[in-house]
Amino acid sequence: MNNSFSIIAIGAALLVFPLLGFGGYPLHLVIVILIWSFAYTAWSIMGRFGLVSLGHGAFMAIGGYVTALLWNELGLSPWFGIPTALLCAALVAIIVGYPCFRFRIIGHYFALVTLALSEVVRQVTMATRDITGGSLGYTPERHGDGWSVWAIQFPDDRVVFYYIALAVWAGGIVIWRLVDQSMERYALEAISEDEDASAAVGVKVTREKLKITVLSAVMTAFSGAIYCQYQLFISPDTIGGVGISLQIVFAVVVGGIYSALGPTVGAIITLLLAEVLRIWVGTAEVCISEKICLNVAGIPLLVYGIMLIVFIIFLPKGIVGTIADKWAKRAATMKREQTFRAEGS
Amino acid sequence: MFGEFTEALFSIFFIETLINGLLLGGVLALLSLGLNLIFGVIDVVWICYAEIIMLGMYTIFFLHVEGGLPLIVAAAGGIGVTALLGWMTHRFVIAYLLDAAPINQLLATGGLLFFFQGAAMVAFGIEFRNLGISLGSLAITEDIYLSWTRLSSFTIAAGVVVVLYLFLKRSYLGAAIRAISQDREIMVLMGVNTKRLYLLTSMIGGGLAGLAAILLALQYDIHPFIGLSFGPITFVICVMGGLGNLVGGFLAAFIFSELITIGGYFADLEWGYVMAFVFFITAMFIRPEGLFQKKS
Repeated sequence: MNNSFSIIAIGAALLVFPLLGFGGYPLHLVIVILIWSFAYTAWSIMGRFGLVSLGHGAFMAIGGYVTALLWNELGLSPWFGIPTALLCAALVAIIVGYPCFRFRIIGHYFALVTLALSEVVRQVTMATRDITGGSLGYTPERHGDGWSVWAIQFPDDRVVFYYIALAVWAGGIVIWRLVDQSMERYALEAISEDEDASAAVGVKVTREKLKITVLSAVMTAFSGAIYCQYQLFISPDTIGGVGISLQIVFAVVVGGIYSALGPTVGAIITLLLAEVLRIWVGTAEVCISEKICLNVAGIPLLVYGIMLIVFIIFLPKGIVGTIADKWAKRAATMKREQTFRAEGS
Repeated sequence: MFGEFTEALFSIFFIETLINGLLLGGVLALLSLGLNLIFGVIDVVWICYAEIIMLGMYTIFFLHVEGGLPLIVAAAGGIGVTALLGWMTHRFVIAYLLDAAPINQLLATGGLLFFFQGAAMVAFGIEFRNLGISLGSLAITEDIYLSWTRLSSFTIAAGVVVVLYLFLKRSYLGAAIRAISQDREIMVLMGVNTKRLYLLTSMIGGGLAGLAAILLALQYDIHPFIGLSFGPITFVICVMGGLGNLVGGFLAAFIFSELITIGGYFADLEWGYVMAFVFFITAMFIRPEGLFQKKS
């Protein structure tokens, strides 16, 4: 009862948020957080079953670049471009995923194969710099001056995109819940414990893993496409490559890999931390003495790194997971005390 | 079209490309050596290995260019610093995670990757620096030039592999390290201090990063994010050679370097990298335990 009330309250708050007139910058920050939260949720859908992929930057880049290239080169609206991009991502996921699962490539071997996939996509982007702009990035052409539903471009008005991002994020949470309540979840949990044993009791290991991987890849590609439509600029550094792949994994680890809202909390913490530190310490050089000058722009990265190490050592379940555990424990103790008292009286 | 291709294949420049690939292989082999040793002994992948190399490059740069020390002394300083970083990586991060899931160990060193990058950016800024030393090149014929840096990298890499191999095979400590990589639990029962062996291995691995840093500092500009440009290829080489298999890693380095340079010869260098990574992914499907690992 209490739970559903808080969900409605948070939902209402999110719905009216852009109408409160916070201005462009906070709204932009929330939109970016929502888009990344969706990407992180997409990763955690497979990551929670021990399928640690360091290749999700590749899927994000496929989503963004295919959509933007089809629009610029062929004039194909993102309404058709995005589904094509998702199809491409699904295809790549199958091409890499199927042999991986068929030949039992697991653990850090799987992580390293997917890391190579990140590099392949990044290097292809660089090699085709005549079309994609390489490391300079790529901009979808503007369709007229103002809004365009056909091109899914809403420049100068963040409110529309806020609702798009909110819907996409909510959709991600719903998919997470659906997976959580499905039969596949039990199959995948069994697989992550012991592949041979679960195969012996009739779980179709390769097929189950492939299904969840394709779902996760398609969602990640979608987040890339949405990011591209919002920022109207993409580059291998912002939505692809090993850096982004690692960023995805780490935000989820910080937030909590086994909880529905873990990736969202991870996105809020990591993105806000980066922003706050950036504003607080600035980007200038701070000189301690005549010879020693420090470039404080590196501080967010430094703090982020320390935070990750601390989290992995002390809170491997992430913030949300740890809090949920604590509550469950407290509830159990309280219940025990109550029964104890009841028996005593 | 086909005529052009065969012409290109038998051109003298193609031979130069092949030789350059061989020499690049030397650098790559040296890069992956320390990582491979650490994996074989401690069973941990240090994602931050390339960043340790980056910090070694900065140390050499500052000791040599700003400090005015001779290159040899600066190089020794670089090796010292990276060995210390290797020791610290194990002492302050991995030691707490020895019993954690392998993927958590990998991610923790990923945290170190960001930490090292951030620290380098804060301390040194983002401008590109270079040693400003050119060893020149060796003219074999009128058209073929081989850079001395690459020639010396190749020689040093080959030398280090031999020394490391002898150390592992002949010395008492080497025997202990080999034993622990074969069975972690039994060694503790035999009264071996595994903690010290792990720390020692991490130091040697770090020191090897410093050695690689010297050769890279001679060839490339130094900046906080340089690790990302050769980190992935280093992991891929280690896995391909069979993680922990030093000789396998050495051979794999040459396969990759040839793929990269031949790709670069016929198209762009990036296509060379694409070929190398695609080759890695397909090879993993055929032999997941690495190309040169004996099937167990």
